Amino acid sequence: MEATEPEAFRGELRAWLEDNCPDEMRDGRNDEASICWGGKNWKFASDAQRTWLERCVTKGYTVPTWPVEYGGAGLNREQEKIFHDEMRRLNARYPLQSFGIWMLGPALLHFGTHEQKKHYLPPIARGEVRWCQGYSEPGAGSDLASLQTRCEDKGDHWLVNGQKIWTSYADKADWIFALVRTDRDAPKHKGISFVLIDMQSDGVSTRPIKLISGVSPFCETFFDHVKVPKDLVVGEVNRGWDVAKYLLTHEREMISAAGGTMGAGRPLGAVLADSETGLTDPVLRADAMRAEIDGLAVGLTLERYKDQAEAGQGAGDASAMLKYMGTELNKRRLELVMAAGGSDALGWDDDRAPNWLRTKANSIEGGTSEVMLSIISKRVLGLPG
Amino acid sequence: MAKLVRTDEEALLAEAARGFLDGAAPVSRLRNMRDSGETADPGLWKAMVEMGWAGILVPEAAGGSDMGHAAACVLAGEMGKTLASSPFISTAVIAATALRQVSDRRATEALGRIAAGQATYALAVDEGAKFDPANTRMEARADGNGFRLNGEKRFVVDGGNADRLLVLARTGNGLTLFDIPSGREGVSRERRATIDSRDTADIRFDEVVATGEDVLGQVDDAMTVLKPALEAGQAALAAEMAGLAAGAFGMTVEYLKERKQFGVPIGAFQALQHRAAHLWCECEVTASAIMHAGRMLDDDPGNASLAVSLAKARATDTAQRAVQEGVQMHGGIGMTDAFDMGFYMKRARVAAEWLGDYGYHANIVAQARGF
Ligand SMILES: Cc1cc2nc3c(=O)[nH]c(=O)nc-3n(C[C@H](O)[C@H](O)[C@H](O)COP(=O)(O)OP(=O)(O)OC[C@H]3O[C@@H](n4cnc5c(N)ncnc54)[C@H](O)[C@@H]3O)c2cc1C
Repeated sequence: MEATEPEAFRGELRAWLEDNCPDEMRDGRNDEASICWGGKNWKFASDAQRTWLERCVTKGYTVPTWPVEYGGAGLNREQEKIFHDEMRRLNARYPLQSFGIWMLGPALLHFGTHEQKKHYLPPIARGEVRWCQGYSEPGAGSDLASLQTRCEDKGDHWLVNGQKIWTSYADKADWIFALVRTDRDAPKHKGISFVLIDMQSDGVSTRPIKLISGVSPFCETFFDHVKVPKDLVVGEVNRGWDVAKYLLTHEREMISAAGGTMGAGRPLGAVLADSETGLTDPVLRADAMRAEIDGLAVGLTLERYKDQAEAGQGAGDASAMLKYMGTELNKRRLELVMAAGGSDALGWDDDRAPNWLRTKANSIEGGTSEVMLSIISKRVLGLPG
Repeated sequence: MAKLVRTDEEALLAEAARGFLDGAAPVSRLRNMRDSGETADPGLWKAMVEMGWAGILVPEAAGGSDMGHAAACVLAGEMGKTLASSPFISTAVIAATALRQVSDRRATEALGRIAAGQATYALAVDEGAKFDPANTRMEARADGNGFRLNGEKRFVVDGGNADRLLVLARTGNGLTLFDIPSGREGVSRERRATIDSRDTADIRFDEVVATGEDVLGQVDDAMTVLKPALEAGQAALAAEMAGLAAGAFGMTVEYLKERKQFGVPIGAFQALQHRAAHLWCECEVTASAIMHAGRMLDDDPGNASLAVSLAKARATDTAQRAVQEGVQMHGGIGMTDAFDMGFYMKRARVAAEWLGDYGYHANIVAQARGF
């Protein structure tokens, strides 16, 4: 029974994917132009992208591990591994990616009320509502808990005033999950709440900021006397820091996966061999071999931490390690891609330069590498100060 | 793929091993052995045998516990933390795995002797300064029904004291693995003091007679037997090195909390905190590669090469980083012989070379990954 069940699942899944994944979605692409982010205003890049999303939604495969009642497929850890295996085997694109899937979903599943889950999770799973993350402020980056956006209790509603910055896709998102200060007198970690705000609300505005990679704008987001219904706080009022931290561990694992799964997915040697000079330069080859070794080991570490989490040993602060190692590795990989590409990789006409530039943010967004190392040294190693 | 979490059995084994080793084999034991001019510690090995460790890869029918490679890696890792010196990898891992590839009565008896602590082994492969089994030159000349072995093996780890030798030599159409007693006529052993204070030897073979009985596996086909044995040894050695790194790292973190300069513990300096945190990350990542290698050897041994080489490469890198940072962050005291860090550094250097260095294993990974 135990031996055949996962294999039976694999067989069914494989057949379903073979039958349902459109050919155009079998190129494994994961760059900005190919990702389906969903949302009210989403314009599908192709019929295939729409079909692929719709079919996956019926099976819960946009969020395979979420409970079925919230739009997922309810897969366990072993089935999840098989799911990713089989997706990779087909080189299938993920049907939908979003901050809702990566960040808000896990936080709601953990802290949300049943009503909040019922109301907010299925539209995320169906790709109907797109979320953005309002954490950082001009004065609160690494020192996130010093955030100042005010949220006052006005009896029948909350009133929000303040500014967020670096809000990825705020101009495209339908809703924002934001950290706001609900108690200005409490110690800085104890006066923060986690609220959900409709971006259509009066008083919300955004102004895009362009990245060095030329694409993927993030924004400044302004809240000017924005009214928010009372039931849109997730978790307890003034205990938003717990939700924020929980969400950050998921965000960090998601960002680190970029380095790890690429290592476990397409070998760096094959990626570099695509370029004209390939791996003929012994210095580059040696660097690439090291990066491949580290990438495989980081990929295994992601798997190990997931297995541990399933066995009830949550990663906690150690997820900072995954984030740090995964992102630094990803930067190394793209440096190698650029070096192998030579002058061929210097134009804007293919993905290499934009991807390379974009990876530089990996070790900044979601908490910088330095912040990750500080978390490890204090909370994991117990070093003083 | 099997789960990358310790089983309850493995967790208990690690705990028992730690308890035993902390009592019986702290680093001071290695230091005492060195100071008394010895390169082996038969008393410690005897105690390990009594713990059942010699039989960890020996079938139950032959008197072992048959717990598998992941378990052997758990033991090697614990040994590495305090540099316990024993022929565990040579005998209980490499020789036992080689013998298990052969299913005749002789091999079964030999496995029984390993488990009972009646025989220790050393693997005689290297002939040059680097591990390179494919280019073995030592000759086993056909002679009547048997062979004559002539040549020299270098860096035979545990070879100065081992009862038996597994010798790789060239025969008519390939390589053959011989299993002979170290006392056989024509074998002369010269102990070489390597920097880690442990047993290695250069061994000369001068018209040494070997019969068909002495061949392990088939003539001209050493690799069927030797490849799994080497991979088992490489994984266990990687585990030892990861344990070594963890041991050196643990000492370093303690020191960061304890040593004061400028009126504060030096661990309050962010420059050191971040280096220590980085090292911890490296250790964690390497631990995954080790666990994966053990699982692959147990579950899919025919396809474990990549996993094993990944583990050895990572462990080599991490151990060397850990000892270098270990000395640096201890300042002057880290350089003194009276302090243990030097023992870690020297063992890391020797282990880096044994059974293939970083480059050797990186090339195997690269090949498997389509470079
Ligand atoms: C592409 C991208 C997308 C982003 N998307 C979002 C988003 O959607 N929503 C959102 O809320 N935020 C987002 N961010 C913001 C991101 O989380 C912050 O940029 C990050 O937390 C760092 O804050 P900062 O930019 O203010 O840098 P600072 O905190 O000012 O850091 C500057 C430098 O100082 C270092 N430093 C700071 N404090 C310490 C310390 N104690 N010890 C040692 N070094 C230190 C940092 O590591 C860094 O190198 C995004 C950022 C990027 C680049």
